[in-house]
Amino acid sequence: MTTPDSLPRIAVLGAGHTGPVIARVALEAGYPVSIAASGDPDRIALITQVLAPGAEARWAADAVRDADIVVLAIPLHRFPAFDPDLVAGKLVVDTMNYWPPTDGVQELFEATSLGSSEVVARRLARSTVVKTLNHIGYHELDEGRRPAGSADRRALGVAGDDPAAVQTVAGVIERIGYDVVRLDSLAAGRLFEPGGAVFGASLTRGEFQQALGAAAA
Amino acid sequence: MLGLDTFGDVTHDKDDRPLSHAQTIRDIVEQGVLADQVGLDFFGIGEHHTDDFPLSAADVVLGAIAARTSRIRLGSAVTVLSSDDPVRVFQRYSTLNAISGGRAEVILGRGSSIDSFPLFGYDLADYEELFEEKVGLFAGLLKGGPVTWHGNTRASLVDQDVVPHTESGPFPAWIGVGGSPQSVIRAANYGYSLMLAIIGGSPARFAPFSQLFQRALKQFGKAPLPVGVHSPGHVAATDEQAREEFWPRYQEVIRRVSRTRGFAVPTKESFEYEIGPRGALYVGSPETVARKIAANLTALGATRFDLKYAMGGLSHEALMSNIELYGTVVAPRVRELLA
Repeated sequence: MTTPDSLPRIAVLGAGHTGPVIARVALEAGYPVSIAASGDPDRIALITQVLAPGAEARWAADAVRDADIVVLAIPLHRFPAFDPDLVAGKLVVDTMNYWPPTDGVQELFEATSLGSSEVVARRLARSTVVKTLNHIGYHELDEGRRPAGSADRRALGVAGDDPAAVQTVAGVIERIGYDVVRLDSLAAGRLFEPGGAVFGASLTRGEFQQALGAAAA
Repeated sequence: MLGLDTFGDVTHDKDDRPLSHAQTIRDIVEQGVLADQVGLDFFGIGEHHTDDFPLSAADVVLGAIAARTSRIRLGSAVTVLSSDDPVRVFQRYSTLNAISGGRAEVILGRGSSIDSFPLFGYDLADYEELFEEKVGLFAGLLKGGPVTWHGNTRASLVDQDVVPHTESGPFPAWIGVGGSPQSVIRAANYGYSLMLAIIGGSPARFAPFSQLFQRALKQFGKAPLPVGVHSPGHVAATDEQAREEFWPRYQEVIRRVSRTRGFAVPTKESFEYEIGPRGALYVGSPETVARKIAANLTALGATRFDLKYAMGGLSHEALMSNIELYGTVVAPRVRELLA
């Protein structure tokens, strides 16, 4: 892992709607960031250059190997084809949503009472999965940032079963420009899903906790 | 260039009762004719398939408008190409191009609703392959001449002549993009113009998309192509009147959409932000709207603005007044500001 005075290295998997935005705000917060899509990095070189200048476009395997945190920002319907070995042993941030009204029905996520990140975690059994960034629009992630202590600073939820991983990811979210509300399990992270009280809502820390009710830590 | 887009939102009568689909469609023909009379450059209809947006056959309505107008350009905004057949789309819009004397356009895209997929038997999970293949085929059809094409999403074509032929080359074709950089690259690759659909948040954040488009065109060895902006709004005589007319309808429509899709309902505060200088809605007096359009066209390196007017539940009369003000006051003022 990283030494105390260096920031964790972040690999963003996905160069669609959300990936480049996450890469850019992470870069602006000082993190070393690489970005990868499903194939040759040449195919996303221009996107990276223009939308996340300073990030390095790489093959997914290379980006993941050198990263402390892997951000999964691929369309959820691609997830069944995603190779769990690619991120084995890694801290994986799941930003995806199972959202049938916009993306259609998917068997893997439909035929279960689990939350989408729990399904993801079961498939990525050798990774540590943390759920966050799924409940803020990619178009809001840029503009919503505020310095720590701002009265109108928006809060984002961070949920996971592994307290150390939640801690690490919460540190990233804070540094990017958001307050954090932690939940101590991926199961509790279902509260961030579409249809929940915080999905797509701009809330301060207090409001966010209130919206989640007693579940919030 | 200043245009108007509608999704065919059902209008209400004076007693706030929804009008029939048929009356809504006839009213849209009148709105298109007025748009021409007041000198606007473009009138577009976005394909939808629901009870509150009954405009599933935009090209038929555009044909009716074409027969009664002489100057305004007419097109889709958008055509959901992935769940359509590119050959049929070409045939319909090439026919519109013939009727209108060369005034047809298409904007191809996904749109924000998914109703056409189950309706026509497509799986949303195949969206990307469907769109990729079909924009490729459509680009081939636009060039004119016999087409040979092989793919997975429709029957192959071998040296196929597709009619009607256009009189003077391809008609303008755009790809509507909501936030996918890969769509921007794809548009550049096939030589489509870029229409940025900006329906929430800061328009300025799309400036990198505009740069990405021009740089990609250069990389593909193509000449620069125009960038346009599509955003929702409403124009009335004063800022107050525009807000009062628009807000309750906007709130209702978004509330309905948010219930289906499970996101938080916008508040009065978020609405105020969206109609302010940093938001995506163009709601206000002609001067307010004109200034915002001019500022954002400049910021985005864009040359075309299409106002998505007609929020569901507004009256036909309010929409006609919107079109009149947009054409006679907003448009000249934008041109003056950009001169």
